[in-house]
Amino acid sequence: MTSLPAQTPDRQLGLVIDLDICVGCHACAVNCKEWNSGGHSAPMTDWNAYGGETDSEGQDEGAWGVWFNRINAYEAGDGTASQTVYFPRSCLHCADAKCVTVCPTGASYKRSSDGIVLVDADLCIGCKLCSWACPYGAREYDATDKVMKKCTLCVDRIYNDNVPEAERIPACVSTCPVGARHYGDLGDPNSEISLLVAARGGYDLMPEMGYRPTNKYLPPRPRQVAEVVDLNPSPAANDGTTAGAGNNLLAWVDAMLSR
Amino acid sequence: MHPAFSVIIFTTSSGAGYGLLALLGFLGMFGLLPTSQTFGAVALGLAFVLITGGLLTSTLHLGHPERAWRAFSQWRSSWLSREGVLAVATYVPMVIFAIGWVILGEPAQFWSWFGLAAAVLAVATVAATAMIYASLVTIPNWATKWTLPVYLALAVMTGALWLAVVLCAFGYSSDLVGNVAIIAVIVAGLLKRLYWQSIDTAVVVSTAESATGLGHLGAVRVLEQPTTSATYVMREMGYRIARKHSDRLRRITLGVGFLVPLILLAAASAVENPLISGLLIFLAALAGSLGVITERWLFFAEAKHVSMLYH
Repeated sequence: MTSLPAQTPDRQLGLVIDLDICVGCHACAVNCKEWNSGGHSAPMTDWNAYGGETDSEGQDEGAWGVWFNRINAYEAGDGTASQTVYFPRSCLHCADAKCVTVCPTGASYKRSSDGIVLVDADLCIGCKLCSWACPYGAREYDATDKVMKKCTLCVDRIYNDNVPEAERIPACVSTCPVGARHYGDLGDPNSEISLLVAARGGYDLMPEMGYRPTNKYLPPRPRQVAEVVDLNPSPAANDGTTAGAGNNLLAWVDAMLSR
Repeated sequence: MHPAFSVIIFTTSSGAGYGLLALLGFLGMFGLLPTSQTFGAVALGLAFVLITGGLLTSTLHLGHPERAWRAFSQWRSSWLSREGVLAVATYVPMVIFAIGWVILGEPAQFWSWFGLAAAVLAVATVAATAMIYASLVTIPNWATKWTLPVYLALAVMTGALWLAVVLCAFGYSSDLVGNVAIIAVIVAGLLKRLYWQSIDTAVVVSTAESATGLGHLGAVRVLEQPTTSATYVMREMGYRIARKHSDRLRRITLGVGFLVPLILLAAASAVENPLISGLLIFLAALAGSLGVITERWLFFAEAKHVSMLYH
């Protein structure tokens, strides 16, 4: 049934991504691929993995495949005020998930128990319309299985009795080396994760689309404004008593220590 | 958006077929068409071939065409499902109408009600097709108020052009159908111009800043793509057409699709010789159809998907 749950799900499980902390290491994407290669939507097919296949213009097609989690890097602002932000993207398990309502077969559905959006691969006809309806580019077509695949929020892990209780969290969250990914019930305003969102001003991506994503993003914290250290002072500024890289290094160490 | 061959052929071919069927049903209802059984067989047969050929082509882009029947189940929420249901439902009155006209030779009275029902369902099917695109807010070029009228007008236009061809082939001269075709070409051309005007002047709502939520830091630009080669999303949604190419293709669409048929139809009505006027009408239908195929290709190629803001 591709109609959305009539009532707000009891729980709205989702992720919170801390853009202040993420270092763009791609570990979450790799562990996602690793877990899901044996999970609900397995396999995570790859194509041209070793290169050699060429497109119509004779260029190598490049290695590509199905991933549920992708890490972009953006630059925001200009000059010395600009910031590099690493930006993991995966399904946001939207409250108003139109990828679900456009599905003609009932393959896409949103669970009323926890709000997770899933694809039933046995019903999917591979029409790709759900991927057209997703503003976030979260759905990926498996050209070998010929069905649509997407992030399952590790539904086969978070409820899995065979997994030690402490590990019943999505693979991407469990592997993040810096703690930039949080998992929990975003439908409960008093949950730890909801309090974190409130405290840090967590926000929705592309709110104007009206999909009401469950996952939230925490903005980078304001940067500490450090004195600009001139690492390469001109000879005039340098009194000439000492010269060379050692002097610059000492100046930098001095500046760092006196911050 | 990547212009998929199967979807372009499906929407243009079935569109012409449904337009033809709708005109046969409506005009037949009011006794405005020849009642000849062979004419009915060829005209309804052409509509059947255009519709069915298009629908079969549309299954080519499916990963699992053998499961296509499942698409009839979600009509409550999905325009694609509604389209499927309406497309199949149209066959029922269409076949009954064809039995009354072609086999029993009675297109009027009782049987014409089925023609009318087929006409209504044909229009509804084209509308459902248009709504698949018009309901996707993720593709601002499609989610416009002009998408639906353009699809309907182009279906009626191509249907009227091919109805005029079939009438000519049987030696009938119908000023009414000729005039319907001329008006349909003008209306469709104007609507398409309005569509282009609206997408060219539309206010951009979603930006890289709203997509990332980083606008408060300043302008956002991509530093690194997630992978070294294009992802599925980039291959499917990332199709880009150069501005100068789209300008040229718009002019080709306007010229071949609307202007040429208009001139040929006007010339055909001025020519006495039925052979020459028939040839002109056939060329008008051919040009109109080629123009609509170009138009449909552009409809996809010009459409930008908001997910590409992340890339």
